[in-house]
Formats: sequence, structure tokens, C-alpha cells
Amino acid sequence: MTATEPRAPQAASSPNALEAVGIVKSFPGVLANDHVDFDLRPGEIHALLGENGAGKSTLMNVLAGLYRPDEGVVRVDGRAIDFRSPRDAIAAGIGMVHQHFTLVPSQTVAENVLLGLDRPRFWLDLKRTEAEVASVARDVGLKVDPRARIWQLSVGEQQRVEIIKLLIQGAQVLILDEPTAVLAPQEIADLFTTLRSMVATGTSVVFISHKLGEVLSIADRITVMRAGRVTAAGIDPKGVTRADLARLMVGRPVLEQLERTEVEPGRVVLQVDDVHADNDRGVPALRGASLQVRAGEIVGIAAVAGNGQSELAQVITGLRTCTGRVTIEGRDVAARPARESIAAGVAHVPEDRSGVGSAPNLSLVDNLILRAFRRPPLARGPLLDERAARDKARGLREAYAISAPTLDAPVRILSGGNLQRLILAREIDSAPRVLVAVQPTRGLDVGAIEGVHQMLLDLRAKGTGILLISEELEELLALADRILVMYEGRIAASFETPSGVDIDAIGLEMTGGEEAGSGSETVSTDA
Amino acid sequence: MMARLEPRGRPPRWLSPLLTVTAVAVALVIGAIVLALVGGDPVKSYLHIVKAAFGDVGVLSDTLVKATPLILTGLACALAFRMRLWNIGAEGQFLLGAWGASFVILGLGLPEGTPAIILIPAMMLAGALAGAVWGIVPGLLRARLGVNEIITTLMLNYVALAWVQFWVFGPWSEGGFQQTATFPKEAWLPRLTDFGKEIPLFSGLTTHLGMMFALIATAIVWFAVSRTRWGYEMRLIGDNARAARYAGIDIRRYIVVVFAISGALAGLAGMSEVAGSVHRLQDRISPGYGFTAIIIAFLAHLGPWRVVVASILFGALILAGREIQPSGVPAMIQGIILFCLIVADVFTRYRLVIARRAAATT
Amino acid sequence: MIDFTLVLAAGVASGTILLFAAVGEIFAERAGVLNLGVEGMMLMGAVAGFSVAASTGNPWVGVIVAMLAGAALSLIHAVVAIHLRAEQVISGLALTFLGTGLARVLGDGLSKAGAIETLPRITVPLLSQIPVLGPILFREQSILTYVGFVLVPVAWYWIDRTRPGLNLRAVGERPAAADAQGIDVIRVRYAYVIVGGLLAGLAGATITLAISPGWFGDQTVGGRGWIAVGLVIFAQWSPIRAAIGAYLFGAIFRFIIDIQGVKTIFGFENPFQAGRSATFFLEMLPYLFVIVVVIIGSREALRRRVGAPAALGIPYVRGERGA
Repeated sequence: MTATEPRAPQAASSPNALEAVGIVKSFPGVLANDHVDFDLRPGEIHALLGENGAGKSTLMNVLAGLYRPDEGVVRVDGRAIDFRSPRDAIAAGIGMVHQHFTLVPSQTVAENVLLGLDRPRFWLDLKRTEAEVASVARDVGLKVDPRARIWQLSVGEQQRVEIIKLLIQGAQVLILDEPTAVLAPQEIADLFTTLRSMVATGTSVVFISHKLGEVLSIADRITVMRAGRVTAAGIDPKGVTRADLARLMVGRPVLEQLERTEVEPGRVVLQVDDVHADNDRGVPALRGASLQVRAGEIVGIAAVAGNGQSELAQVITGLRTCTGRVTIEGRDVAARPARESIAAGVAHVPEDRSGVGSAPNLSLVDNLILRAFRRPPLARGPLLDERAARDKARGLREAYAISAPTLDAPVRILSGGNLQRLILAREIDSAPRVLVAVQPTRGLDVGAIEGVHQMLLDLRAKGTGILLISEELEELLALADRILVMYEGRIAASFETPSGVDIDAIGLEMTGGEEAGSGSETVSTDA
Repeated sequence: MMARLEPRGRPPRWLSPLLTVTAVAVALVIGAIVLALVGGDPVKSYLHIVKAAFGDVGVLSDTLVKATPLILTGLACALAFRMRLWNIGAEGQFLLGAWGASFVILGLGLPEGTPAIILIPAMMLAGALAGAVWGIVPGLLRARLGVNEIITTLMLNYVALAWVQFWVFGPWSEGGFQQTATFPKEAWLPRLTDFGKEIPLFSGLTTHLGMMFALIATAIVWFAVSRTRWGYEMRLIGDNARAARYAGIDIRRYIVVVFAISGALAGLAGMSEVAGSVHRLQDRISPGYGFTAIIIAFLAHLGPWRVVVASILFGALILAGREIQPSGVPAMIQGIILFCLIVADVFTRYRLVIARRAAATT
Repeated sequence: MIDFTLVLAAGVASGTILLFAAVGEIFAERAGVLNLGVEGMMLMGAVAGFSVAASTGNPWVGVIVAMLAGAALSLIHAVVAIHLRAEQVISGLALTFLGTGLARVLGDGLSKAGAIETLPRITVPLLSQIPVLGPILFREQSILTYVGFVLVPVAWYWIDRTRPGLNLRAVGERPAAADAQGIDVIRVRYAYVIVGGLLAGLAGATITLAISPGWFGDQTVGGRGWIAVGLVIFAQWSPIRAAIGAYLFGAIFRFIIDIQGVKTIFGFENPFQAGRSATFFLEMLPYLFVIVVVIIGSREALRRRVGAPAALGIPYVRGERGA
């Protein structure tokens, strides 16, 4: 069975496996679901498409019993059911794999499976559960060690644990929220194979995504959401094009209009030589990584989560100690405090915007001067010039169109896109030699993504060397001059864009190279 | 009907002071109820507190004497709490400060008649230094080894108490009593009453130079936290330590330095108490200033000038509370006030939404 | 000379106090709620148990009231920390202030209450005949000491091997995951904070009704609540290690008292005889020792990269956008 041949949906007369009618759910200030209808037939893969913030996850959280709808009805096999908790949903055979996995890191796979079960009620029999996990895993062709602790597993393995957990709980309907976001192309292909084998045995799947190519290749039917409403319900993927879907999803044509000027790469601004570093658990994460970034160049890093790309960014920005050499325009900053890397001209858009990149309860002013407060005109000796700080903040807010009520508002009230604009504004304003940007568009909507991409290209045009770490291959292809693939803490391969790009080859390198991925079921990702 | 908490975007400016005042009022009402339940007369007790603390210039001056160590220890706590460092050890740092200042008089063997101009600065230095040492120890342990500072500061309080007791029961004991000999006049901080001849209004007033130390310290702390880069860096660390690290701030050094300053302030409070008010070291030198300071810091929302106001209120409670029976009442009221403040704080961050559940789902 | 069997036996008795309080705190912290009010809850338990036993003449009624008093205080902390999502450090401190003040108010005049009937002491036949260990563990111990012996394995088994324990650990480590599995995070947290209160109250009653009867104001507990909180870190949130620590500290407390009665040590005059000022250095010992064991616990946590329950001190809110 191949991706381009969706099976005919099963007999239309049988009741829907799952049905939502007129769902309304609001959060303070947001109407996340506005009278949404959705239906899932038995044995189909139904894709729910929409950009970030369209209300997909909210709808599915309602179906999975995590949120209670303000209005609307949920029916399972034709019967109306009022879910009071996720436990009710799973009892009705509905299980959801969330974007952020709901696993307890310190517990084993078997313990996590037990957590979701009603039996045994008191005395736990770990041995029996371990055997059960192993047998279910074998049935659906997933490899997993029932005795491993969750924190020891890769993201892909954790996803498998989530699926196995739901199957053991007796889920007939699986809801997968952006399941491919954290996977490499080959892992995605494996997941798709598993999903197809599961629907063949009668399980139904809701597949949430914002990636058009994936949706077209896996779905039997597609529902599209935009701004809390359904814009297309249960359409057949055969009759639609990517452009159609994109328009339904965004409400306007979405081809990115990026202004990309030709820049002749200059001297080397960032040089990383044979760097080794441990991750937070004390396990080696970087094992001899080496790379160069030249002025006016965007170098993309493609890697499956957990292959050392986060640590690489931290090493360059002084947030993680290491051995080896990290030089910024010839100045060695390896294993030196973050302050020295800042002084050397490194800017950093961190992966975790609210946890690392900003102080949520402090004002726009305080957050916008985070990098510049040590230098005049903001600093006057030990004093901090409050007026200069406000002037700077006001200027940046206007120049980068950061939408916020006042300069004194705490930044936690900003939307994700606005917070990212704030961070980029601050980092770009420091006129950096090198910018390290990690997942700069994760979780943003299409308009915000385009803005961030343009800001990066403009910075490149000014001659800054940019290291762009992203899990979105499309983003790397659109922006990077070169793409480096990281695998197990080393640079495994290098590709020039656009001439030398081979998606299959990149995907293969991301998963370790040698083993035959054969490319039979890789996902098309051309933009 | 359902009640739930929803985060507020930005609370209006008037909300926080209003809630703080309400919280104190509610706490006093709860305290009155408890007092009535155990057979006391709350109205009489409260009236007594007001009269005994603010009734005339004399008692007002006594209130300020009690407020002096509270301001300094309150600043010590507020400063550390700004960085979310839970220095619960102001009590021990206060005791060490009092001991350090006493050591200048009793331990150095300075000749009799050494002038105040030498003695007082030496006592200040010794007090602040001893307090700082008592702060640096938990600071270092937290910064270097990640040891929970709440436990270490608390334990050091008990150690400090035993240390002071050793000296006042043992080597420095005066005639077997649990106190040292009275310090020479040169070691006394000037009091208002010392100027009674020139300004008759001042005669009999015990407010001493320690109050000036406290106010100057308040001004310095206020300036540092609101006008300097250090203040900004502390705010950053307090709100999000990871963001502070990202901004290139050396958090470990800050932890040690802030603990040292915090300890020095509390130590200075101890010095001011022995040199300005008690004029000797004794077993029960502190009625729990260092613990009350925690509540003061919270009541003041960590603002230095508000610490002064809160300290005067609690100075009154401590002064007048000594005569209230049963003896646990002031401590109990302090606990109730703190709880009410916590609840008030919750309502500055969240709004209470009482909503009927929307139309039934099934 | 000191009879070390007696010191150790008394140490086990005295350690029982710390044991109850520490195990109670372990339960609360394993659920993700830091309750620094142990000292206050113990004082409330101590005063409630003592006064009820004095007025009813029945120490068992005292024990029950003491536990309820501890639970009642812990309930305040639970509401403030779990429902109102307040800073748990401050709330716990407030609980200690409140408990201390309230206990002193309620205990007003109790110090003159005179002797009360204490809980029975039991010598276990056979077991007390075991060489060395028998006389230390099973001779003339208060019945509560034996309750402690039972509590430790039960608590360990409960946390590590049962369904409620599995749920408890999930709630303390990753409440969102527990919630997604249908575990009521709020209810679990309430339950274990209250268990912590019950056990802290029991710890207080153990002082006034079994180990050292009487009411001496806040000196009755004298910082043992804080020592229990420190022990939890040393114990790395394991009841078994908490027991080892508690009995060790019990022995230290006992040793400090006993050594003051000794005239000479190895032929030298004992500087720590009762009434000497040097005894204050003895009094520092347990507190200094807490600092040492907390350092040991923290170092171990750093090395093994596991430590406190991951969600300790963090309020749980479901349904916030972006969660």
C-alpha cells in the first residue's frame, strides 16, 4: 500500500467511531472552538489540518476528555457521552498522544503503562505488565524495552510508549497531535507504516498536523480548521491540491514572499573545532563536533531531537561547559561564561522562549535591555539609565512592530509570535557577528513565521553569520545556504542549497546513514 | 456555580495596596475571634496595643526602638527574597551581629576609656562582619553544592543561639547571670534623651542612632535595587534564573554576595540592638526579630521604604504584645497576618471568577 | 560510664518523633507539595495531645486529637498551596508561625498540669532476647515506637509497590501526565498533605505523651520539625533512609543528655557536665549535623542527577492555554 492510494472509507452506514457536534470552547480572551463539527469513521485515518492556534488541539483535548466543552455534544459509536475526565474517554476507547508526552520521566515504561490502567487496583505486578507491554509492542511492530526509564528513551521511543500505552488501555480511536514534529523522515515513515497496520485491524486514527505533504500522503479524509472554525469538513485528499489546502488553512495564498538578496559569504566568524560536551544527565551529547559559519551566511543544522544540536547552541553561547575550541572571530570562548560570548558578539534566540529567552513577569523594557544593559548609553558606571532604557525599548517596539499594551506590561501576556519578535528585535539590535537561532518559528502561526524568516534574511544581508537549528526541514531549505546534518553529537554530512539538496539523503544521514531506509515511503517535503 | 482563579494580565496599581490593607484588617479580625474563643477580650487587647505603642511621644519612641532592628532584618530578608533566596536565618545573623559587637567590648581587651569614635565604628564593623559570615556559609553551600538554604539558615539560627548562650552563661557572664556586664558609656549609641538638655522634648526618649543606620541602609538598598545594574540583575535572577544566565549574569556569585549583604544587614541590626538599646549581651536578646522580618518583607512586597512602614507596625505589636496574655498571641497574630497576606497576594495575580456552568453538554 | 545499649534504646525512642514527622513530610513532598510547617504542626499536636490527655486522663484520646490538630493545620496549607497556588515556602513558614503561636496560646498554663498518664511501654517477648539488638529495639519501648517500626516498611511498600503509590509518584513528578491518565491531581495532593499533617501531629503527641511528657512552650519541639524537613533531603525522599536518619538523630539527642551526667571521660574531667557552659556546644550538635547530612543528600542528588520530586513546590493548573 502506498501513500497515494487512500483506501475507500468503510461502509458509510455504520455509526461514526467518534463524532463531535457544535463544540464551543473558550479560554480567557480566546474562542478556541466556535461550533466545530468533526466525525471519524471506523478504520480510517482522518487528518485534522490547521495552523498553530487554529483550535485543533483544543478540539482533540475535548474529545479526549481533558477539557470540557462549553457547548456541544460528543458521540462515540453513535451514543452521546459526557466525558468528565480523560479516564472516561479512555474507557470509551478514545486515547490521545499529546504533543508534549504525558509520561512520567522517572518511572519505567511498564509503570507508565500501569498508570493509565484500572487494574490491578492495589497490588502492582510489574513483571506481568512488562510481559504484556512486550507482547503488544510485538503485535504492532514497535520496539521498546518495558524496563527502561522514560528519561533514558529518545523522543521517537517515547512516542511509541504512548501508543502502546493507549493500545493496552483498549483504545479503538487514537488521536495523534502533531506526531511527526519530533521525528526524522525515516521515523515518520515507520510511524506511518504502524498507523496503516493499526487501521487495517479496525483502529481509527485522528492525525493532527499543519504539514500539507504529510496529510496528503497519510489521510483517508481531511478536515481543515482556521481560527476556531472548520473551513473544510471531511474532504477526499484525491480531489484537492496543496494550494487548495493551504488556502483553506490560512485564508489567503501562503507562498512565502521572502526577499533574499545575494550575499557573498565573508570571513569565518564562528569556528567550532572538535567540541565535546555532556548533556544535563551527564551523558556525552557532543562528541567532536566541528563547523564553520562565515559572515553573511545562514548555516542550517538538521537533526533529530536529542542528537546534540541543543547542546551545540549552548556551548557556542556560553551556557554549557565543553572541551575543544569555539572561536568567534578568532576569540576563543569555549567553556567561558556566557558574558564573554555576548561580549564577543554572539546573539542567541533560544529554543525555550519563556523559560530562557525572557523573564515572564518583568516588563517589555526590562526584557528588551537584557543584552544591552552593560553598555552605554544604558549603563552609566554602575547605574542603569532608566530613561535611556525606555527610549531603547520604545524604539525597538516600533521598529519591530511588537504588539503590547504598554512598555511596562509583563511579557508573559504577549502572544508567542510577539514574544519571539521581541527576542529577535533585542538580539538583532545588538548588531551581532554571530546569531545562534534555535527553533525560531516553533509554535508560531504562518504570518509570524514569515516575519521571523524575513528578519533572519535581513540580518544575513547585513553580514551576520547565522547558525539556524531547526526541526523543520522546509525552513532550512528555504533559508539556509548550507545544511549540516548532526547525528549523535557530530556533523555527519553537509549539503549545499539549493543545488546539492537531496531530502532522502538528508533524512538518511539524520538517522545514522548506513541502514537501508530505501526511501520507499519518505514524505515529500517540497515547499 | 463554580469558582475558579484566572490569571490577571496586569493588576491595576491600586489593587495591591488595597488588598494588603484588607489582609491586615482581616487578620486582625480573625485574631480577635481566636482571642475571644480562648477567653480574652480582643477589643481591650487591641486598644491596649494602640495605646501602648502610639499613645504618646514616649511610647512612640519605644515603638521606634523596636522597629529599628526590624527595619534592618526586614531589609535583609527583602533583599534575599528578591532573588528568591529564602534566607530564614536573619535571626541567627542578628545574634551573631550582636555577639560580634559585644566581642569588641568584651573580647578585645581595649583600654578603658577608648573613645566612642573608635568603639562604635569597630562594633558596627564587627557586627556586620559576623552577620555576613553567618550569611555567607549558607550562600556558599547553596551556590556551590546546591544545598537548600532554607534548612541551612534555619539550623544556623539554633547554632547561633547556642553560641550566644555559651558566651553569656560562660566566659562573659556577669556574676552567674545570663547576661554580660553593661557596656561602657562610650559604646552606647547616642539616644534622643542624651540631647534632653538642649531640646526638652527629647528628654526620656530612647530612640537611638540605630534608627539612622536603618534609614540610611534603607536608602542605599532602595537606590541599589531601583537605580543600578545590580538591581536589574537581581530582578532578572529573581524572576527567571535561566534567563539571567542567558543574559550573562554569574548567578552563583550573586547568591554568595547577596547572602553576605543580607547577613551584614541583620548583623548590623544585632549591633544596633546591643549598642543602642540593651547595652549588654544577654540570653534573650531577640524576641524573634529575624522571624518577624520575614513577614515584614512580605508585607512590604520587598520594597525598602515599605519595610520601614511595616517595621513600625510590627514594632508596635512586639512592644505592646509583651503585656498581652497569653504570651503566644502576638506570634499567632503574626502567623494569621502572613496567611492573609499570602491570600491577598494570590488575588493580585489571579481574579476570582464565579460562573454558572454554561448550558449543559448532554 | 554511659550504657550504650540504653543510649541507643532511648535514641530509637527519641528518633521515633523525627521518624513520624519525616515520613509525613516525605508523603507530602512526594505529591509535590512542600510543607515547611512541620514545626508548627508538631507543636499543635504536642499541645493538643497533652492537654486532651490531661483533661480526659486517656492518652489515646490525646493521640487522636493531636493527629487531627496536625491535620487541621495542614489543611490550611493545602488550601493555600494547592487551590490558591501560593508560594509554598512562605505558606509553610506562615504555618509554623501560626502553629507556634496557637500552641503557645492553647498551652498557656499547661506547664503546671503535672503528671499525666502516658502511653504504655511494652517489652516484646522473644524479640527482646535477641543479643545486642533485642534490648535496643524491643525492651520497654513505648507502643508508638513499635508503630514507627511498622510505619517504615509500610510507607516504603505503599510508595514503591502499590497503585496509590504509583499515582502519588506520578503526581509529584509530572502532574500533567497523571492528570492525562485521569488521576485527580488536586485530590491526591490534598490527601497526602493531610497525611503529612496527621503524622506531624502524631510526632508532636509522641513527645508529650510518650517520650518526654510535659509542656515546655515552643521548647517542647525545639526545632525537631525543621530537623525532620532536613532529614527528608538527606533521605532522598525514601522512608527507609529517613528511618536511618531519624534513629541516628534520636541517638545524638539522647547522647547529648546522657553525656552531661558523666563525670570523667577516659580519666579526664568531662567538660560537658550539666550546668557547664560548654554544654551549649553539645546543643549545637544536632543542628550542625543536619547541615552535614543535608550536604551529603545534596551532593548525592547532584551526582546521581535525581533528587527532589520534579514538581515539588509547583502548583498544578490544568487547561491553561499552551499547556
